[in-house]
Order: sequence, then structure tokens, then C-alpha cells
Amino acid sequence: MAVKATVLIRPKEGILDPQGEAVENALPALGFSGVSHVHVGRLVELEIEDDSQLESMCEKLLANPLIEDYEIVQSPIKA
Amino acid sequence: MTKFGIPQFPGSCDETDTLLACARVGEAELLWHKDKDLKGVDVVVIPGGFSYGDYLRVGAIPPFSPVMQAVAEHAADGGLVLGICNGFQVLTEAGLLPGALLPNVNLSFTCRQVDLIVENVETPFTHECVPTERLSIPAKHTTGRYFAPTEMLNAMEAEGQVLLRYAQGHNFNGSTNDIAGVCNEQRNVFGLMPHPEHAVDPLTGSDDGLKLFASLASAAPMALATGDAT
Repeated sequence: MAVKATVLIRPKEGILDPQGEAVENALPALGFSGVSHVHVGRLVELEIEDDSQLESMCEKLLANPLIEDYEIVQSPIKA
Repeated sequence: MTKFGIPQFPGSCDETDTLLACARVGEAELLWHKDKDLKGVDVVVIPGGFSYGDYLRVGAIPPFSPVMQAVAEHAADGGLVLGICNGFQVLTEAGLLPGALLPNVNLSFTCRQVDLIVENVETPFTHECVPTERLSIPAKHTTGRYFAPTEMLNAMEAEGQVLLRYAQGHNFNGSTNDIAGVCNEQRNVFGLMPHPEHAVDPLTGSDDGLKLFASLASAAPMALATGDAT
């Protein structure tokens, strides 16, 4: 069955994330306090006929497993 | 005479300088990303730029192009491959070089002349240099922070795969261990972030980059004869 998949890609834990740091430092400047562990990643949305290929797609192209973690969220396609 | 081939992707922008740099030490021609064969070239030099727009992730898409499939076979046969800037990113994404390139710590596109220290001269890419020689070469990139997991990094350091390091005070992108360029275990594939092809004429302030191309030109016949790049 065709599904909609959302792939959330984040920098791996422990890898310096200057984008996340920049955002984390900017928030208090705007008056938002108590924010920590900010990370900036990427989101890829796709519709796919055969969801058994999703992991392989992520490993080969959508994420770089050396530097990124990914998480797949699936939902039915609305007619 | 050593033949250099420079694969051009949509978005490449340094192929002409690379072609001219290679032409100083051998024959050079451009290859197209849809080419399925390398037209008999001895050395492949993947130029800088923004291959396929660098969408998704820098260098992520070219490994699936016909020309890069041919480059991977060339490398597997012991052929010489050099990747400059985006070319370095492409080689890491293709799995031909260890590690990955991450956004600069300053999050900015930075263009500046950097000093590099030659760490290992016993390779086809650096044998015309002397140990600990200092090279002045420009660097220009947004995503040039070299990263490898600790275990991989230790193995590379032990094997002498770090060929170039930024001199003290020149590591503007935050690369691990000041790494500017690394080769594979077999020492026939090498990538670096700075641009030796922009430093081949004293007119531009430095011709230090020429040493890397000259090394390749004289190493290529040996690599071909023995099938062993070292």
C-alpha cells in the first residue's frame, strides 16, 4: 500500500552543530529563556509504493549515516 | 604524457582552472557527467563547484552519475583520483574517501589564502614536495569542516592518510585535527578542501599548487605500470 513518509534527519549526537548553536544563542536574545539542546536538521517528505525500500533510501542517499541520524514517520495518503 | 580528465557536473564552476592547471603538466580534457567511460585518461580530477546544486547535502548526488560510476571503477583498479573542494565532498559521499565535510564553524562562506603543511610526501599526490613543506593556497567554501569518527580518524592518522593540514591559525573551518586533505588506504584517491588549481602561477600570488599536479603527472605512469599507486 502506498504511504506518505516523512524522514527527519538530524546531526548525530556529539557532532558539533554550529547551526543549532546559533539558534540556541539567538533565542535568549529575543527574550526566550530555558532553551537548550537546539539542533537544526532536514526534513524529506515523499510518497512511496513500497515502504520496504525506505531504510535503504535513507542509508544510500537521504542521510549520511556517518554524520546524521534519521527517523522515518509514516502516515496514510489522504484521498 | 599523462592524461588528465576533469568530470564536469551541472553546477561545477572550477573545471576551467582545473583544466588549465592540469594542462601545465600534461594533457587535459573535460569529461561530462553523463559519460560512461573516462576516455582513457590516467588521472581523474574532480573540480570544485556545486554539483547538481548541492541539493540535499553537498556532494550527495554525483556518486550516482554515470561518470562517477566509471571513476569508482578507475579507483578500484588503482587509477589516480584527486578531488578538490566539492570534488572532495563528492569523494567522501561516494565512499572513495573516509569521513565527511560539515558546515564551517563560523557558518560563513569564507575565502582566504591558507598555509598548508605537507604531512606525508610518500604518495602520488605529494611526492614532489618535501616533508613539512608549507604551501600557500586559496580556500573558498561554506562546508569544509573535515570530520571522521574517532576510531576511523586514529586509523587514518596511523596509516599516514592525512596528507595536508592547515598551519597553525589557518584552520578557519574547524576541521578535526586541522585536516585539509586525506587519501584512502591504497593512496590512489586524495581529496582536499583548498584549491591548488587557483595557485599555479606566480601572477596570482603563489604557484605552490602546481606541486600537487606535477606529482600526479610524474606518478601516473608508475601507477599504471604497476597497478599500485604507491
